[in-house]
Amino acid sequence: MEKLYVYLYLLATALFILGLKRLSGVRTARGGNRLAALGMLIAIVAAGMEGVGSGGLSWSMLLPAMLLGTAIGAFLATKVEMTEMPELVAAFNGVGGLASAVVALSFLANHTADGSLIDLLSEAHDIESPVSTAITLPLSILIGIATLTGSFVAYLKLGGKKMSHPFAGSSRHGVHLLLGALAIVSSLWMILWATNGGSQWLAIVVLVVISGILGVFLTMPIGGADMPVVVALLNSYSGLAAAASGFVIQNLLLVVAGSLVGASGLILTRIMCKAMNRSLGNVLLGGIGDDSVAEDAREYSNIKESSPEEVAMLLDAATSVIIVPGYGLAVAQAQHVVRELANELEKRDIQVRYAIHPVAGRMPGHMNVLLAEADVPYEQLWELERINGDFQNTDVVIVVGANDVVNPVAREQGNPISGMPILDVDHAQTVVNIKRSLSPGYAGIKNPLFELDNSLMVFMDAKEALTEMLKEVKEL
Amino acid sequence: MSFEIIFFVFVLGAFIGFEVITKVPPTLHTPLMSGSNAISGVTIVGAIICLRLFEGGSPVGMVAHVLGFLAVVCAMVNVIGGFMVTDRMLAMFKSKTKKKD
Repeated sequence: MEKLYVYLYLLATALFILGLKRLSGVRTARGGNRLAALGMLIAIVAAGMEGVGSGGLSWSMLLPAMLLGTAIGAFLATKVEMTEMPELVAAFNGVGGLASAVVALSFLANHTADGSLIDLLSEAHDIESPVSTAITLPLSILIGIATLTGSFVAYLKLGGKKMSHPFAGSSRHGVHLLLGALAIVSSLWMILWATNGGSQWLAIVVLVVISGILGVFLTMPIGGADMPVVVALLNSYSGLAAAASGFVIQNLLLVVAGSLVGASGLILTRIMCKAMNRSLGNVLLGGIGDDSVAEDAREYSNIKESSPEEVAMLLDAATSVIIVPGYGLAVAQAQHVVRELANELEKRDIQVRYAIHPVAGRMPGHMNVLLAEADVPYEQLWELERINGDFQNTDVVIVVGANDVVNPVAREQGNPISGMPILDVDHAQTVVNIKRSLSPGYAGIKNPLFELDNSLMVFMDAKEALTEMLKEVKEL
Repeated sequence: MSFEIIFFVFVLGAFIGFEVITKVPPTLHTPLMSGSNAISGVTIVGAIICLRLFEGGSPVGMVAHVLGFLAVVCAMVNVIGGFMVTDRMLAMFKSKTKKKD
């Protein structure tokens, strides 16, 4: 039974597949996650067995490393605010990518010596197909490091930091191609041309640096509105990075689990792109939210400013209300007070629903998580297709810190968000927009919704505005 | 193991991924992402094997082991953090009917 670990890897793979399947159903999701976690535990035990079987493990390194990683992971997972979830997922993607790249580097550390790497690999007794190892080694470093630095840029962008690409417009693509070519050259150098350990490591360092820059440059031009796509795509990359390191160390569990995650990340990416009516290529090349959008007429006329008191009266007279949350809700941490307001209205037999645009917030499903934290039952969260027809029968719509996803300009041609499915809030009797100012959303364009006759503006922080509305409603 | 076999497994894995995740309710997009991200922490297996001892128990490459240490820490953060935060999120998803119990 010295190969028992192989069967344990198989068991772990099966648990990952079942877990992933259950993760995509509301009622089974929690069990699915735990099933996958059990699979991981089995995989770790099996890896320990494999290590012990092949000459022993350095327990003095392994145990402290596992404890340290566990402590950091557990600390982050329990301490982070739900509003910061996109940043956390980006950060976890990044360390996952780094781990995969470092596995490849550690493998290299055991195989570099005098002679070209491809010859060394051919002579190594533990490698059966040196060519595939030689190809996947640099790939594993490239994907892993680019995932790390790309996630880091995404992390900063999610935190509200604005960044612009050092190379403007179309010259950017040339720079990216050049970097890609350099990555290939340094890979060839590392594998074929370098003939001693020193120059091999020099090539490796060059490859790491180029991969890092590539990750930064590819993520940088992607606009804030496209962040959900980026986070999903980086998720896919972290899976591919794991699969690539699986090729290197010839471990099938890594290959299967990595490709599973790569595929599921790609599906999420496609869902996000569809929600914005854009192709993946279009998103990756940058566009929305890029500085290329002209500073066209952002002047507004016919703006009607309102107050929480007035809105409270409108709400009191309504029979149905729809709340449209956006990133502003997350920034203001207003998810709890919005729920309280909804409860107060429901007590008065007013129907309250939430309309969730698929790309509202900064990551797929961001709003759902936030509202779930505030104990909003998920039956009250309505998807775009299901609720869009109901706006015309709705008395009051409250848009909390959302902008581009309710911009009627999307129905017209020739602007950055043309064709993006939007929530038809303008069809309601009254639309109340809670926004701190008239500043444009990430698409950088004017929102004519604010000028409509049935549109009211409340220029306040979302939490403050909703708190005052709640107070006023209670007093009515 | 030949490249062909590994590649075969890779492609089949991707197929399963596409087939398993076809319809995901938007409510679950975030947990699915963080959960599948935790699964990509499977690199932990590779990281542990990096800490193998060679030739009768002597660590051949100290560099390899230091890198292995780093890989284990990173992968472990990914695995533990990912699964825990996903569980924390999913615990919050409540349905109306459950609330009345």
